[in-house]
Amino acid sequence: MVDVGGQEYSGLLEVLEPLGRVSVKTDNKYWKLRYNDLELEFTPNETRVRIKGSNFDLSSPFLLQNGRGLVPVSSLGPLLSRVLRGPVTFNPASRRIFIDNVAVHFTAQILSSQVGTAPTLVMNFSAPVNPTIATDASKLHMSFVHDPIVSPSTQTLTFNNQAISSAIYEEGNGAAEITIVGASPLFAKFSNDRKTITIAAAPAVAAQAPAQPPASAPMPGATTAPAPAVAQGNPLPLAYFAVIDASHGGDDRGAALTSQLDEKDVTLSFGRRLRQELESHGLTTLLLRDGDTSLSLDQRAGMTNAAHPVIYLCLHMASQGNGIHLYTALLPSGGATSHSFLDWDTAQASSLARSQSALALLAKALDDSKIPVRTMSAPLRPLNNITTAAIAIEISPPSNGPAGLSSTEYQQSMASSIANAMSFVRRNLGSAP
Amino acid sequence: MISGTRIPRNLLFGVAAMVAIAASMTIYVWKTRARAAGTGESMTFQGPVAPPVSGPTEPVTLYVADDDAGILRAQPFKIPLPSGRQQRAEELLRNLIELYIAKSSSHSLGPGSEVRDIYLVDPGLAVIDINSAFADGHRSGVLVEELTVTSMVETLSANIPGVTRVKFLVDGKPRETLAGHADLTSFYDVGTVHQLATELQNRP
Repeated sequence: MVDVGGQEYSGLLEVLEPLGRVSVKTDNKYWKLRYNDLELEFTPNETRVRIKGSNFDLSSPFLLQNGRGLVPVSSLGPLLSRVLRGPVTFNPASRRIFIDNVAVHFTAQILSSQVGTAPTLVMNFSAPVNPTIATDASKLHMSFVHDPIVSPSTQTLTFNNQAISSAIYEEGNGAAEITIVGASPLFAKFSNDRKTITIAAAPAVAAQAPAQPPASAPMPGATTAPAPAVAQGNPLPLAYFAVIDASHGGDDRGAALTSQLDEKDVTLSFGRRLRQELESHGLTTLLLRDGDTSLSLDQRAGMTNAAHPVIYLCLHMASQGNGIHLYTALLPSGGATSHSFLDWDTAQASSLARSQSALALLAKALDDSKIPVRTMSAPLRPLNNITTAAIAIEISPPSNGPAGLSSTEYQQSMASSIANAMSFVRRNLGSAP
Repeated sequence: MISGTRIPRNLLFGVAAMVAIAASMTIYVWKTRARAAGTGESMTFQGPVAPPVSGPTEPVTLYVADDDAGILRAQPFKIPLPSGRQQRAEELLRNLIELYIAKSSSHSLGPGSEVRDIYLVDPGLAVIDINSAFADGHRSGVLVEELTVTSMVETLSANIPGVTRVKFLVDGKPRETLAGHADLTSFYDVGTVHQLATELQNRP
């Protein structure tokens, strides 16, 4: 970056060289740059650029300094978008350029501790990451120079936990940094093909850490199976009653409920509302997708199985029908489970009876609330990949049509009814077969 | 003195009748030609190109989806079916899809929806290859997609003995879902789908 008269400029050749074949030719009047098969013609001290026969205007004049072509930083995003023929996002403040839709999103959740074990922060990323990690007293810094990490909805994530209190997201000088703030020295472990980072107190400290009470009462049917996707040989306690999966997201819009309303947006807003309602009933809840994020079905199943919830709730919206449809998995043909390995396509098989029990309880409670309910099975992934009770909830529109699915009143009413019904499920699921 | 010869009356009537017949024939031919010329373009066949099946009809059961009620209905039909097992399977689903692309359909599919091929692979596997217009034009939703899949699998297995598993392809290639929900990556077990079809035949 070069400061010229208070205006930031960048060398265009340096930006494009890592991305393709670039050559430059200078004649008396023009500075000509060829990127792959595209020719750009710049005139020094003028804003107008010719790009393959059409005009493009820079926000400030193009500068030629010692043969080096400089363009204003504020025009870099739109200019690269024209040259690369695709979406380019440029953040001048952090000096980060994202070419195409490559953003990596992440979620961060504390897995509350059992008596005698330290709390763990589990960060799941939508793609493999490779940060540089440094520790500083009770802080752990992860610097992402080449990973296109983007900010969560709030830059400071606060956890209601003394041992790991917050995660702070910052961007600057071409990198993103996440700082984890703890009460003692922390360390990080990678797993799940570098898509999961688990942060906990360093072992020496963890051994001395005071025992903390569990975040919630033991759940019916709770197990303390190890979480292989998170840390090898480190048993993680059951922390969540429910995992909510707001279906679709990112490039996957789901159903077009109206010409302006996508299913992915309604499932997200409803998922947030349902999480709040469940938490208010004392049911600890993890929302898998808390933004417009692309998560594959396998990722959703992997994240859920790693969290070991009592129940997985997958949210969908319908453009017709009435009331609520509840589904359990329609297991596909085949699937051989041998020794300790579960077949991925039929991983739900051993939990299907429990899913059906939970479904029956949920349907009964909703029916008692005078909400029309229909129950059936469905060939709907990732239900069949989940290793705990798993139910899909499809909500039909109110009487005023699919547009009403996004109304606050309708969503609140449905979320409240489902949360009440889930309390009933929690009270009774333990005695169910 | 020359006396005039009278033309017999019956001959006059005969000639008049022949002239009238010739005139009416001319008018009929002219009108028929004009009608044929005027309707020439609209006679072009827009549907799928497939040899018509002829021969005696057979009783079959098609499982027809109804979106408004959210159910599947077992409906008896009599349709001509070829003798080959694979051709019978194709003809069955072709008849089912024709119901769905009709204007008054209870479960409408997008225009151009077709079953391209069905491959019957021993032992018991049927591969249904639908075209991309079918999948791309399909409405998105858990129930509406489930009705389509169940309707096709149940219709096939109920009428073609020996089919135990069904796999869907789109334009000959695997696809993750039909329209965002119904799984197309896995093999459908006919027994499991039959249970689902029974559930779907009960009005909620």
